[in-house]
Amino acid sequence: MQSESLRTTPDHASVDALIEIDHVTFGYDPSRNILNDISMRFGRGQVTAILGGSGCGKTTVLRLIGGVHPVGKGSVKFDGHAIDTRNAAQLYNLRRRLGMLFQFGALFTDLSVFENVAFPLREHTDLDDTMIRDIVLMKLNAVGLRGAAKLRISEISGGMGRRVALARAIALDPEVLLYDEPFTGLDPIAMGVTANLIRKLNDATGATSLVVSHDVHECFAICDYAYIMAAPGVVIAHGRPEELNASEDPQVRQFLRGEPDGPVPFHYPALPFAQDLGLRGPAA
Amino acid sequence: MNRKGTEALVGFFVLLGIAALVFLSLKAANLSSFSGGETYTLTAKFDNIGGLKVRSPVRSAGVTVGRVTSIALDPKTYQGVVTLDMQKSVLFPNDSSARILTSGLLGDQYVGLEAGPGEKNFAAGDTIKQTQSAIVLESLISQFLFSKAADAGATPAPAPAPPAAGGKK
Amino acid sequence: MSWLAAIGRYVIECVRALGHHAFFFWELLRTLPVSLKRPYFSVVQVHALGNLSLLVILSSGLAVGFVLALQTYYALVTYGAADSVGLVVNLSLVRELGPVVTALLFAGRAGTSLTAEIGLMKAGEQLAAMELMAVDPKSRVLAPRFIGGVIAMPILALLFSAVGILGAYLVGVQLIGLDPGNFWSAMENGVDVKRDLGNGIIKSIVFGVICSFVAVYQGYEAKATPEGVARATTRTVVISSLSVLAMDFLLTALMFSTR
Repeated sequence: MQSESLRTTPDHASVDALIEIDHVTFGYDPSRNILNDISMRFGRGQVTAILGGSGCGKTTVLRLIGGVHPVGKGSVKFDGHAIDTRNAAQLYNLRRRLGMLFQFGALFTDLSVFENVAFPLREHTDLDDTMIRDIVLMKLNAVGLRGAAKLRISEISGGMGRRVALARAIALDPEVLLYDEPFTGLDPIAMGVTANLIRKLNDATGATSLVVSHDVHECFAICDYAYIMAAPGVVIAHGRPEELNASEDPQVRQFLRGEPDGPVPFHYPALPFAQDLGLRGPAA
Repeated sequence: MNRKGTEALVGFFVLLGIAALVFLSLKAANLSSFSGGETYTLTAKFDNIGGLKVRSPVRSAGVTVGRVTSIALDPKTYQGVVTLDMQKSVLFPNDSSARILTSGLLGDQYVGLEAGPGEKNFAAGDTIKQTQSAIVLESLISQFLFSKAADAGATPAPAPAPPAAGGKK
Repeated sequence: MSWLAAIGRYVIECVRALGHHAFFFWELLRTLPVSLKRPYFSVVQVHALGNLSLLVILSSGLAVGFVLALQTYYALVTYGAADSVGLVVNLSLVRELGPVVTALLFAGRAGTSLTAEIGLMKAGEQLAAMELMAVDPKSRVLAPRFIGGVIAMPILALLFSAVGILGAYLVGVQLIGLDPGNFWSAMENGVDVKRDLGNGIIKSIVFGVICSFVAVYQGYEAKATPEGVARATTRTVVISSLSVLAMDFLLTALMFSTR
């Protein structure tokens, strides 16, 4: 296998992992597990993608890394320490070091574009107004929206909103960036812009990025490593993009190629069609 | 970013509230009529205080000069002990009398003070010696009926037996 | 016996919900000192809940004052006690109608807007985003709105009573022709600042706490869907109104019992 010249990734098990998911089983209520004994490692300074169909638990992984829910079995480790959701001080420090981009932006609708990006700065730093203004304009410039600073959230399009949310996520220059479905619902140009930004930001700041998505093409273009998940919350494959593309596993092939029927069936489980329509089948 | 504007409007809102409070307290309640001014205490003992309440006014010649602050029963003499808070600006001779009167026909009761002819004034804490109790309606009625019956008893016509005084209703 | 079990489950669920309310209230109280360090956010809420409710409160107060004066006049004139119209209207407003009607109007106008706003913020993941930015949404979003409501309510109730009395004056003296001197002096003699006005203010503060807390709680706990938010706003109005009326009965019995 030829590795691309710009991204020489060492063997994955030995890479320095900033975040580790270690044999985690988790469910919102005890009867139904969303994640079943999954393990993942996210390399420092790398862009790692988490791919999978809807309902396979990808967003839940991000929530666990953010310390939103306590895990039942296994542990989520950040920088070597297990995340304890009851430890408020640890959670505070953890969240100061990460920035999250929500699926639809989650911008504060009562504030302007400028104020949205300034929010983390105003909450967590004592910088004066001129410094905040400079930093906000720099972040907006990085995403190409410096001219839109005065607009209200209701006046901007979906794609622009995503970029504002990205500017807000990087306002404090976090070490970890979590992207929840950043390409969903964007036109091709906006998708390209976003993918480009994710990669450039990661390389420029040395941050660790996790991209949750089901857009295989864009993700493979920018990520160093990828995990493919399937319902009910298991990892069916992981590797570098070129390794996954060459995989023979039928589930992986169906997902990567977008085949409508395969190991993931087209039909939701149901009675035989004739029976549903009320026709009598042939005598057994 | 009209931060100043919002703060000004909220300040105006709070001012309105204070104005309403001042209006309600002064014009529409009894704050102005007895705040400020020094007071001294007098006591008076009555056989029957009738319907006198705490904070009933003390009036002399119809002018309010004080308030009732407490009413208690003297356990030895079984008289009602009424404590009065009097305005310092008005002093009364120490042989003034206190009566319990009613304002209007069915109005609230108050303590009426009539200044006596004496030379020396009440000091703080003094007791008013001359008191007259409130008029109890039932005693008035039975008195009236009794005197009526006594009149009728003087004539030769058969008089009904005088009803028991006070007694049944 | 399954209906017995169902009733038991329902009762246990109510008790659990009550406990959840208590925990939430406690956590809200704990964030008050932190959020008061940045009073600007509470000031903005006093504006949103108080200033912007002025139209409703003042016009309702005026209308209630008009009607109360008329009705009281019709009732008292047969006993020749028409001079007491001012006194009766004042006592009714300051002791009861001011705090209670203002609280009901507040729950309908300000309470629903609070619940809807917070519910929609939750639906748009704004609260989750704040949490992941290590900003406590309770102290940044909920506490200022609670404080704003608690401050605005007593002021609104006072304004309601004051405007109501002015309305009664307009109807009684200007329209019907009662004597203005008797009108005001009956009030001055009959209304006690500490007992009537003071207790009325205490009531309106308690009602402010109830309405603001219910509105903020329902918004925070609403399901993040359009129907969830709609149902939460309805619950805010219903629960606030019933609690205010029940509390009013308790407080009146406590404060105005004949000693």
